[in-house]
Amino acid sequence: MTQSMWHASGSNATLIRELAVIFGILLIAIFGIVVGLTLFSLRRRHRSLPQETLERLHQASAGTEAKLRTAVAIATGITVLILFGLTVVSISVGKIVSASMAPAGSLTIEVTGAQWWWKIRYANDDPSRILQTANEIHIPVGQSIAIRGNSGDVIHSFWVPSLQGKRDLIPGQPTYEWLQADRPGEYRGQCAEFCGLQHAHMAFWVIAEPADRFNAWMDHQLEPAMEPADEQSRRGREVFLKAACVLCHAIRGTGAGAQIGPDLTHFGSRKTIAAGTLVNTKGNLAGWIADPQNIKPGTHMATVPIQPAEMQPLIDYLESLR
Amino acid sequence: MTPAATEPHVYADLDVLRQTWSSKPGLFGWLSSINHQEIGRRYILTAFIFLLLGGFEALLMRLQLAKPENTFLSAGRYNQVFTLHGTTMMFLFAVPVMEGMGIYLVPLMVGTRNVAFPRLNAFGYWMYLAGGLFLYGCAFFNMVPDAGWFSYPPLSGPQFSPGKGVDAWAQMITFTEISALCVAVELVVTILRMRAPGMSLNRIPMFCWSMLVQSFMIIFAMPAVMIASTVFLLNDRTLGTHFVNPAEGGNPLLYQHVFWFFGHPEVYIIFLPALGMVSSILETHTRRQIFGYPALVLSLVGNGLIAFGLWVHHMFATGLPQIGEAYFTATSMMIAITSGVQIFCWLATLWSGRLRVTTAVHFVFGFIFIFVMGGMTGVMLASIPLDLQAHDTFFVVAHFHYVLIGGALFPLFGGFHYWFPKFTGRMIDERLGRLSFWLLFVGFNATFFPMHWLGMLGMTRRVYTYVPGLGWDRANMAATIGAFIILLGGLIFIANALRSRGSGARAENDPWEGSTLEWEAGSPPAPYNFPNLPVVTSRTALWTPVAERSIVVGLREDRREILISNVLDAEPHHRSVQPRPSLWPLLTAFGFSIGLAGSIFAFFWYYVASVLGMIGLIGWFWPNRPLEVDP
Repeated sequence: MTQSMWHASGSNATLIRELAVIFGILLIAIFGIVVGLTLFSLRRRHRSLPQETLERLHQASAGTEAKLRTAVAIATGITVLILFGLTVVSISVGKIVSASMAPAGSLTIEVTGAQWWWKIRYANDDPSRILQTANEIHIPVGQSIAIRGNSGDVIHSFWVPSLQGKRDLIPGQPTYEWLQADRPGEYRGQCAEFCGLQHAHMAFWVIAEPADRFNAWMDHQLEPAMEPADEQSRRGREVFLKAACVLCHAIRGTGAGAQIGPDLTHFGSRKTIAAGTLVNTKGNLAGWIADPQNIKPGTHMATVPIQPAEMQPLIDYLESLR
Repeated sequence: MTPAATEPHVYADLDVLRQTWSSKPGLFGWLSSINHQEIGRRYILTAFIFLLLGGFEALLMRLQLAKPENTFLSAGRYNQVFTLHGTTMMFLFAVPVMEGMGIYLVPLMVGTRNVAFPRLNAFGYWMYLAGGLFLYGCAFFNMVPDAGWFSYPPLSGPQFSPGKGVDAWAQMITFTEISALCVAVELVVTILRMRAPGMSLNRIPMFCWSMLVQSFMIIFAMPAVMIASTVFLLNDRTLGTHFVNPAEGGNPLLYQHVFWFFGHPEVYIIFLPALGMVSSILETHTRRQIFGYPALVLSLVGNGLIAFGLWVHHMFATGLPQIGEAYFTATSMMIAITSGVQIFCWLATLWSGRLRVTTAVHFVFGFIFIFVMGGMTGVMLASIPLDLQAHDTFFVVAHFHYVLIGGALFPLFGGFHYWFPKFTGRMIDERLGRLSFWLLFVGFNATFFPMHWLGMLGMTRRVYTYVPGLGWDRANMAATIGAFIILLGGLIFIANALRSRGSGARAENDPWEGSTLEWEAGSPPAPYNFPNLPVVTSRTALWTPVAERSIVVGLREDRREILISNVLDAEPHHRSVQPRPSLWPLLTAFGFSIGLAGSIFAFFWYYVASVLGMIGLIGWFWPNRPLEVDP
């Protein structure tokens, strides 16, 4: 598991990493020179007691001053040149990676930040192929993805370091960026703008797959939730539909259609629970439903009282929503 | 000790002078004091207490982050602690401590008896103290801000931050801004109009230049934060206005622009005085006039100007038009030029002087090491593509601690050791001083260097915890251990200061053979600073042979007379009478404070503030002293 900008797997992140290497080498060299020159001046220091009476130097000779002036002027000139160069490469790379317009033919995904999870919506001209999900973004490798960012409450920031720099999600003001994965893989992302109590637990995953697998995933996700396969799951669905769960969550294909919390239609297929807080296992899910405030203090997920006998069917049902 | 330390002849009745310029005895005298040394000392001591509080909060954070999924602090508590830490360090420590150094040193350095507007000076201190007490008083009653020191709406708005914590934060800024503006106005006038005769603009000590530029920056920057925190945020929260609340049609990015229009210059407000301190320490300790005085002055002014043109690099991730991104990338890079020139001039000074290595010089070397590294990461953050990755990660946390601790705190500690004999009349212990330096230096780098790495590995800022398995665990543990080394260094520094103040060797007026006028005054200086105001004939006033120096005579000693000189050449212009000590600044500050503090609870308190403040001002300006001005 990594969330590192060095582990670049997308075109933009790779460009930024290359720029970082150039900056890094150059700046470390300059730092070394400046510190070296500073320490080297110590060879002229007074080596005796601090209270010794010192000669009245006060002014270097005219020749020395002239040499120093030249040296400082040259150093300043070099600084200006280096900074000018760095500015030019920064702006040219910035033109690509910070562009708000994605290349033509991009797949548009709308990301809406909420305290403390991510609402994901795949845009499509065909209304029947608009997909809504949460906390996990699947993308096809090699295709540019336009991210349209928005927020339902406070400012968040969308960031997948392996693929692209960050973009703030601002309520009432859409923001745009684009990214592209060059290799299949699972890339962790996290909210980067402080957004309240559980800012620390607002992660998500971007899963890049070859186009055919992505299309298969998409087709499957567009299907309504699977009918329960066994009696246990059927009971679980009843528990879900009768409990307060339906006040916030949607499961397409059932009567649950609320849009306040994450869409659970294919919940069982996701890697994590509660925006990257827990691995998606039955045990973790039971703990999360029983006492969300213990796992993610301050979360807006309500503590819904579920009878102990009903918990297992409910868990089985939700995990069966693959 | 040397010819330079010999005082010129005294043509003054020192008893009368002392009587005229002393504060009244007792508690009443303490409360009514308007002496710049006393008020400067109060600023410095109060700010150090806030430094300890902010440091304590930092330790709490480091303990929480020492290992993944730690439960030492809850999420809510952690958010409160990091908000208080940032707020305390920026508003209650860093700016006020620099103001304090300026208030204490500037009148001594320009050769006058007090700051201009001494009652305003007292008022400013009381407002600062009240603001600090107000914030921590509210925190004590569980009204703790938790939206960060920057308090971005809508998170800080009425919907997402109910309760009084953010109101307390916003109103505390009002207190400290009033205080900072008071000091800025005093120092500008002191430096421009109260210099000793002969101290033309090209002879002003570097530290005074830095305070002058800093004061002008305060005058332009602080109103911006008042607009952000009070007009926008506090009014949205308490009066239901719609400036920055998107739920009501407001624009949250407007807040960010105005806040950072203040917030970026704020950094230079903190660290320009530190650059002045470095120049002072180096000039004295290398035994030569600082190299490139005009270049240094112009760089300071350049820093001050450019600082107002790069605030948007705090907002690169909000998605600006690309022409704007290019502009702010370029201006952010430009600030490295003016900062670079200063470093080069100091290097030239070091290379052509004969350095005497004291604790103060240790801190200057530590400053160069840390600050230059912070500058390098600053260049990286100026670059829009790199910033999009590094923004709001621990890389930024590392960067600004390098520039603020390295750029401001190390010079401040160097300055503290350098001027300690002047402040207290005692020498500070060199051995303990060096020990504390090395602990602070090592501890600082152990704490903050790993944070660069953490940021590049994806660790975001302001997280109360993190999941294991991301490769962040060891660097976090190292940072926490480093924080405790800093604590040890800090404790030794405090112990050294307290011990040396009580039993250090007696200091002479000029123990370092300094070049600037403060070393001619006593250690500690008499309430009137100088028996006779000095006349200045060179940039390094005290290095001029005594035979070539002269003094000002003719100022009355039986009342608080000072000499006003003209701006460019500091030719004597007229004499002016300063006010006597008074309780009214304290009472006025008290009235305003009650009103400002109450107004976050009910509008009614605005009226209380107005009435009490008006009564205070009437008392303050009641004409009871001769106001004549002699040509």
